[in-house]
Amino acid sequence: MKLLIRNGRIICPASGLDGVGDLLIEDGRIAGSGQDLSAPGADVIDATGLVVAPGFIDIHVHLREPGFEHAETIATGSRAAAAGGFTTVCCMPNTRPVNDSGMVTTYILETASRVSPIRVCPIGAITKGSEGEELASIGTMAAAGAVAISDDGRPVMNSRVMRRAMEVAREVGIPVIDHCEDLNLTAGGDMHECVDSVNLGLRPIPSAAEDVMVARDIILAEMTGVRFHVAHISTKNSVAMVAYAKQRGLPVTSEVTPHHIALHTGHMKPYDSNYKMKPPLRCATDIDAILGGIASGAIDCIATDHAPHAGDDKFQEFEKCPFGITGLETALGISLEVLVHSGRISLPKMIAMLTSEPARVIGWKGEQARGALKPGYLGDVTIFHPEYPWTFDVTKSQSKSRNSPFSGRTFQGGPIITIVGGTEVWRAQGY
Amino acid sequence: MGKSLLGIEPLERAEIEQMLDRARAYQFHGGGPQPKLTLCAGRLVVTLFFENSTRTRSSFEIAAKRLGADTLSITASGSSVSKGETLVDTLNTLVAMHPAAIVMRHASSGAPHFLSRHMMTPIINAGDGTHEHPTQALLDARTILDRLGRLEGLRVAIIGDIAHSRVARSNVHLLSKFGADIVLCGPPPLLPPQMAVIAPGVTLEYDIRKAVKDADVVMMLRVQLERIHEPAIQAGEYFRFYGLRLGHLELARAHAIVMHPGPINRGREISSEVADSQRSMILSQVENGVAVRMAVLEKVLLQ
Repeated sequence: MKLLIRNGRIICPASGLDGVGDLLIEDGRIAGSGQDLSAPGADVIDATGLVVAPGFIDIHVHLREPGFEHAETIATGSRAAAAGGFTTVCCMPNTRPVNDSGMVTTYILETASRVSPIRVCPIGAITKGSEGEELASIGTMAAAGAVAISDDGRPVMNSRVMRRAMEVAREVGIPVIDHCEDLNLTAGGDMHECVDSVNLGLRPIPSAAEDVMVARDIILAEMTGVRFHVAHISTKNSVAMVAYAKQRGLPVTSEVTPHHIALHTGHMKPYDSNYKMKPPLRCATDIDAILGGIASGAIDCIATDHAPHAGDDKFQEFEKCPFGITGLETALGISLEVLVHSGRISLPKMIAMLTSEPARVIGWKGEQARGALKPGYLGDVTIFHPEYPWTFDVTKSQSKSRNSPFSGRTFQGGPIITIVGGTEVWRAQGY
Repeated sequence: MGKSLLGIEPLERAEIEQMLDRARAYQFHGGGPQPKLTLCAGRLVVTLFFENSTRTRSSFEIAAKRLGADTLSITASGSSVSKGETLVDTLNTLVAMHPAAIVMRHASSGAPHFLSRHMMTPIINAGDGTHEHPTQALLDARTILDRLGRLEGLRVAIIGDIAHSRVARSNVHLLSKFGADIVLCGPPPLLPPQMAVIAPGVTLEYDIRKAVKDADVVMMLRVQLERIHEPAIQAGEYFRFYGLRLGHLELARAHAIVMHPGPINRGREISSEVADSQRSMILSQVENGVAVRMAVLEKVLLQ
């Protein structure tokens, strides 16, 4: 089985590659790249005018299966991922039952192996039932294939429990990912605390709710030596604290979602639940700090926090609507628009944030190595157009859910072909 | 179909003036039975209250009846809402009965705004969560105008649980549009600093004596000290620092009036001496409630 991708602009930030050439995938793995490669018998893709990048990796998605199949399934969520150019996604454990055991981890992996065109890597819970009290079976989940632990959405409030979980995770060798939110400061809030939340009479989520937990977790990470990753960073203070932790050499990393760089509270349509997520959309000054953090390296990667919700659940009183929006299919378009076309960062840097950097956060090694176009790495490739205009129509989304504020938005550049293990799994219409 | 009345904030000053003028025509002038008008005959007004209310709901019903409209009153307890029906389904069911308007109170901020995006029937917001209560602000303005003759340049102190008050927000927006100086006052946990910038002309005070100093209007808000989401404030502590007493009124202008949207908590945010004093406009406010709501219904139903 050979696949030859010809004449594309091959960009692999991890190996410093950026030039027009051919890329060969053989037996599911990257074989090599170069000029005018010959590969008799290979399938050929002509990538003229397109960018050929390592397969995108999203380390923060919600696939909703098991338990919430009315909103998304492993099959539909991974198809949306493929359509967005992602070849690996890491799914959060807030399913029903919660992925807090080797059994659920195995269920997800086995289901994905049957129905998913892309690679699905489960993230296990930190605590049993994500209830913040007893530790989940961290070692067992890791042995079954969990790549990290997180109580995403129901963060561990008890600092001692977090400390113990970090100690276990360090020994197991997986990172702890925290949705940093002090639930007592949030107190059931629905929107970032600002003039608009006050004027609209919505209960506030102060930036401090994130900041104090980022501070706590960095302190505990230093104490325990675990690799600690801040999920969906959204405030200027958090960015500053992560930068400080990195400066001190701590193994701390962070991610940002596309919506937190594209939107702030001023973009919200009042009481429209497609603008309701956690962390909430923040202020323009937070976006500035985040963009600064991206440029400086305080923020390592882009992750979507793809959070599908069934239409009925999002179609009610604002305070009753669940948090979250879908994001897999719009991630590349937004990243190009906000980061690259604006001139803030280079195209290779953006690609790194979607490939080698998330791979480093998780730490895939050996046979599992991915995120670069190096020989022997998984043969996962994302081919995209860096400029062509297209308009996102949420009604045509591959996801089962429709909760996106970006429907109708036109982007410059988007995914064209997604390749997993040397096999084409998705191709844009018209190509 | 008429236009919804969802809040004061999006209204033009002229629209507000027009409603306040019409309300004057509908004020009670004593003596004998009130004539029943036929202006809105054959139109159905549904009042749909998901939160308890006596004065607002009865005020709307009386207003609708005086205009000759039919009324149907629905409260959340005993309705299909308590059987798990969604808000949208409840409204769609009512809309199928072809009301000319739905008067709605709901505990969630923005609930009527969300609904009005998805249905044609005009909605009159009778209070949404901690957001707006537009007819309260209109009747307050009518009351101030009756007594003081103007809004522009007046110093209006609004005192109490500003953070959770839809009355405060609607009044701030209305008074601001008319060029009043608005002083908001309350304990820091109940007075978010961002309130100072939701509209022009607002200042914040955390000392009640400074707030009432030279005030033309002192508007007290009902205080619920036990809120689910916030730590409780001791009642004695509250009254000591933020309860309005006769002594405070000596700091205000000689003609100053005291208002309260009701229901009042005597000895909590207002002393009985103040509540029952000549300065108290509490019952005038209730009376103006009917006149203002007639003007609002007329506008929404006949526009």
